[in-house]
Amino acid sequence: MAKITGSEIFIKSLCEEKVKHIFGYPGGVLLPLFDKLYDEKSITFHLTRHEQGAAHAADGYARATGEVGVCIATSGPGATNLVTGIATAHMDSIPIVAVTGQVKSTLIGNDAFQEADMVGITRPITKHNYLVKDVRDLAQTVKEAFHIASTGRPGPVLIDLPVDVQLAEADFKYPKTIDMKSYKPTYEGHAGQIKKIVKAIEKSEKPLIYAGGGVILSDASGELTAFAKKANIPITTTMMGLGAFPQNNKLDLGMLGMHGTAYANLAVQEADLIIAIGARFDDRVTGRLDTFAPNAKIVHVDIDPSSVSKNVNVDIPVIGDAKVVLKELNKHIKKRDYSKWHNTIKKWKKELPLTYKNDNKLRPQYVVEEINNLTKDENVIIATEVGQNQMWAAQYYTYTKPRTWISSGGLGTMGYGFPAAIGAQIGKPDAIVFDIAGDGSIQMNIQELAMAVIEKIPVKIAILNNGCLGMVRQWQELFYNRRYAFTTLAEDRTNYHPDFVKLAESYGAKGIRVTEKEDVKEAIKASLKEKGPVIIDFIVEREENVFPMVPAGESIDRMMHGLA
Amino acid sequence: MENFVISALVENKFGVLARVAGLFSARGFNIKSLAVGETEDPEVSRMTIVAEADEKILEQIKKQLNKLINVIKVQDLTGADCVDKELILIKVKSGTAKAREKIVQVVDSMGAEIVDIGKKSVTIEETGDEHKINALIELVRPYGILEIARTGKIALQSE
Ligand SMILES: Cc1ncc(C[n+]2csc(CCOP(=O)(O)OP(=O)(O)O)c2C)c(N)n1
Repeated sequence: MAKITGSEIFIKSLCEEKVKHIFGYPGGVLLPLFDKLYDEKSITFHLTRHEQGAAHAADGYARATGEVGVCIATSGPGATNLVTGIATAHMDSIPIVAVTGQVKSTLIGNDAFQEADMVGITRPITKHNYLVKDVRDLAQTVKEAFHIASTGRPGPVLIDLPVDVQLAEADFKYPKTIDMKSYKPTYEGHAGQIKKIVKAIEKSEKPLIYAGGGVILSDASGELTAFAKKANIPITTTMMGLGAFPQNNKLDLGMLGMHGTAYANLAVQEADLIIAIGARFDDRVTGRLDTFAPNAKIVHVDIDPSSVSKNVNVDIPVIGDAKVVLKELNKHIKKRDYSKWHNTIKKWKKELPLTYKNDNKLRPQYVVEEINNLTKDENVIIATEVGQNQMWAAQYYTYTKPRTWISSGGLGTMGYGFPAAIGAQIGKPDAIVFDIAGDGSIQMNIQELAMAVIEKIPVKIAILNNGCLGMVRQWQELFYNRRYAFTTLAEDRTNYHPDFVKLAESYGAKGIRVTEKEDVKEAIKASLKEKGPVIIDFIVEREENVFPMVPAGESIDRMMHGLA
Repeated sequence: MENFVISALVENKFGVLARVAGLFSARGFNIKSLAVGETEDPEVSRMTIVAEADEKILEQIKKQLNKLINVIKVQDLTGADCVDKELILIKVKSGTAKAREKIVQVVDSMGAEIVDIGKKSVTIEETGDEHKINALIELVRPYGILEIARTGKIALQSE
């Protein structure tokens, strides 16, 4: 067998993993690898304008497709620029493989030019990471990295690849199978535990399903939907679980938690059985822990044992894959009559709907509603930035399919949405992809407009432009006596900083400004016709708030409501 | 809070110790002792960790340890039927001939050993469980302890 270089081994290994797209940015120590990548026809390289954009794009690609996303950056500053993106993927359990160039292995530890200890820096924010010191280990490392990223509870894996390893030669043989004695995730749920769930459901009068992002990660939406319908049990999802269950079904209660619907939160507090599936009882969901679901027995299905009984004590834990466990559960479940419970919920839905002031002003909720009205029958993906824009996008769009909601939940990373939307669009070229944005967040990775224009990636950026860091301003309004300390981005609502329309145009993209409610529909329709990226700058009410709201640390039935 | 003893079998690779230590520090737990060494299989090391935590935290630590890719097996030996040993070196002042004589008596009675004799001090070696070692420390303390080095506990579950 002829020996080939580490760069070639690496690229051949990526091909074995069926990688079609890489998002990245070059640099000195990556020269050998990039030179070989230049010739590889089956992989498209996407040159982002910042490494953070590359990491988020890989993450958005992974969320939209279910495949592993790949990003690459050079040693030192390029690598550290990936960190926020890796941490974002880690918090939301998204399978990406991040590759960083590293200085020559003989120089590691010498404070060499552009050296950063990436294995050290990313240890707490990756599922696992590798420094490849010997070219003969490279193929095995890539195999393990993709395996670890995509199985069990998924997550980011980093491979740090010194320049001399890229140049060294070895035989190439890609491992067919993998057997890691120290890594064997549990997929099958314990049969006895599953039986206990069935019994608990039979005894319950007020059961509630609480589903999270794990359902989407394990592609279990079909099984979840079948379960809820078959068992006739109402369901609420976390923000990460949006799309796991069709929200146009009457069993759906929308999102729970800090900005969840009133009826979802009330249902949690009233339920006598909570069936948590692929959710992790995050503090944004539970509110004050000791008052959370006071009447309920708790079932928790999760693939990660460390998620179980971490925050809330669980009565019936089932360690396993959501899809596998639900499939099994569906075999044993019978339809029961919960009409009293359903009626209570119906009453709450009627009395406490999601609502905002519907007047002549241009309000951000209306924009999201109109995007929903105009696109709901299409194949749509909604990405978001972070803040109020994210919460309104979660509340006022009707999600009916998995992998159509792409948002940074755990880390709450401003600047995530746009590059993630680009990654999603590349993974799903036929989808209509929106990034619902705030005027603060969008400025954090706006540079990716260049790549989007050049590659004709038709992402629509809907900026809910309130001239301020709205979510923080909201907290200042409610809890800090309206002292708007350093949250105003633009005092004057007619002089724009920046002028997003001109900004779009300077990149060669389309820019539309909307200042009146009556122009919202036309602008959205116009954006749908564009072949490249569009910014729609909606100049919305500044002091609009996200309601309902559970103040941090409060019991989740203590909700603040807005005016309707 | 009580001391717990965890024995973890880990892959013998670089960086594994940092992963385990990082897991404790990231959650703000103090490790009291940690001993690492190769096992019968040179590709596997055993780490014996003693730390202070309550039940709930201990549960989390065990789960988090298991979650580390390089960790093969985690055993909780707290209160379990096991043999545990630790090795200690104590350097004690022995200025006068009388003091030295007394120290030798203590060392003999405890079944310990003097492994180094200097002009003004002696170094004692002792192997044993926690009680035995703590007892020795207390017995020689009056003479003036100059330095102590301990290996940390190692343990194996009984058959
Ligand atoms: C990188 C980053 N920095 C700071 C924050 C804290 N933060 C959360 S929401 C928010 C305001 C976001 O403002 P904008 O993007 O304009 O959205 P809006 O809330 O106005 O919709 C800030 C600063 C964050 N989440 N991420």
